[in-house]
Amino acid sequence: MTEHKIRVLIAKPGLDGHDRGAKVIARALRDDGMEVIYTGLRQTPEMIAEAALQEDVDVVGISILSGAHNALIPQVIEKLRANGQEDVFLFLGGIIPQDDIPALLAGGVRKVYGPGTNTAQVCTDIREAFAERIEA
Amino acid sequence: MKPTLLDELRKGDRLALSRLLTQVERDTPSGRAALEELFPATGHAHKIGITGPPGSGKSTLVNALVYALRSLENDPKVAVVAVDPTSPFSGGAILGDRVRMLESQSDPKVFIRSMASRGALGGLAERTAAVTQVFDAAGYDFVIIETVGAGQSEVDIVRLAHTTIVVDIPGTGDDIQSIKAGILEIADILVVNKSDHPGADATLRNLSTMVAMGQRRQYSATKHGPSLSTPKAETEAEPAWYVPVLKTIAAEKTGIERLADAILRHGAYLRESGMWEQKEAAALRETIIKMLASTLLKNWRARIPDEELEAILAKVSARNISPQEAVERLLAL
Ligand SMILES: Nc1nc2c(ncn2[C@@H]2O[C@H](COP(=O)(O)OP(=O)(O)OP(=O)(O)O)[C@@H](O)[C@H]2O)c(=O)[nH]1
Ligand SMILES: [Mg+2]
Repeated sequence: MTEHKIRVLIAKPGLDGHDRGAKVIARALRDDGMEVIYTGLRQTPEMIAEAALQEDVDVVGISILSGAHNALIPQVIEKLRANGQEDVFLFLGGIIPQDDIPALLAGGVRKVYGPGTNTAQVCTDIREAFAERIEA
Repeated sequence: MKPTLLDELRKGDRLALSRLLTQVERDTPSGRAALEELFPATGHAHKIGITGPPGSGKSTLVNALVYALRSLENDPKVAVVAVDPTSPFSGGAILGDRVRMLESQSDPKVFIRSMASRGALGGLAERTAAVTQVFDAAGYDFVIIETVGAGQSEVDIVRLAHTTIVVDIPGTGDDIQSIKAGILEIADILVVNKSDHPGADATLRNLSTMVAMGQRRQYSATKHGPSLSTPKAETEAEPAWYVPVLKTIAAEKTGIERLADAILRHGAYLRESGMWEQKEAAALRETIIKMLASTLLKNWRARIPDEELEAILAKVSARNISPQEAVERLLAL
């Protein structure tokens, strides 16, 4: 039996063609010893959930700049649930107005990271959440 | 320890399949138990290996190939196992092959799984073969395995796959092809991808010449001295499989039908010549020998007290006894 590597899906929905933030977080998680499945730009909620299903990930990270989070994220959550993956640790990064955060968190998002978040914080949060799950 | 998992798998439950793949990759007790239960149902899938230098277009080619195979009349199920390297520094990995395969992933008869190499060197992960077995048992007709793009001789994929495809790209000037001669020998099918780039025809000609030379050498070797690995059916006759060299533009799905056709012909050739069973048998032998070695080591280690082992190792460090002698003493304990 081998060590359980945390598997993370990093996706970038929306039509803006800019994935620097997604790549930065992907690299940080890799450097923290996680296995990161990177799926690139312009992902629909269906595509994100399908990749999460086939890869059996523990974590889904979504980088979002387009302002479409209120429309997209509930769809992602709904699709993950429909596939039986309600227990994935879903986090968002990017530009998300403060006012929108409570509703996202209430809807099932575990963490929201604004611009300038220290990537080490993201790694710590994931590891902590994961330690809980292993004990549970 | 979930007996229902396998039933769910056979019903086509994708979450159950995905979770089982994780258990098998992690080599957990439930993963092992499942593999054991599944074993009688394996041996049907056509396993196709794709290897070649980094960035040569392997993933893009896999995507196109999935599409071509899914267009076949018998409506086959297609699985993909895509291996990317683990970072030796952190133990983490970025698995990026999927980016090129997004078009295929939403087809309910396609399943794509990324794997990190986790320190294995031969272009595959230690558990790739086991993961492939799960897809095989779950009724996938084709399992395509994309190796880490090392571009060196990758023996592991030849052991695992029935059909090995080596992907090259057009070179420039003197550097007519970028892959090394050693890797040509493992190819059942050679592909010059990115043939929209200049120099594709020169690369094609060059590879064809090298393949023809290699094949003549193999042929005379089988005629003049039977080697253990030579199938009986082939010792007398001409080599029945001529390695095709094909041009593709994976990004535009050009040349992919011919590639799919070559794969099907190779599968038929293996089955007709008896080499399919031979390959399967060789792969199983390999698996059993590896398991045996690790089991023997584990059992031996379990009955040797740490102090005795340490004492003998210390003698070697002090140059009192040689490693060879140490092994003899340890085995005599
Ligand atoms: N011009 C051209 N570009 C192609 C072709 N096939 C793939 N590409 C591009 O080549 C780049 C690398 O393609 P991949 O499919 O990721 O290559 P790969 O061999 O899987 O790469 P690694 O897995 O990183 O070794 C991508 O930008 C593709 O779009 C082709 O036939 N022609
Ligand atoms: Mg690739």
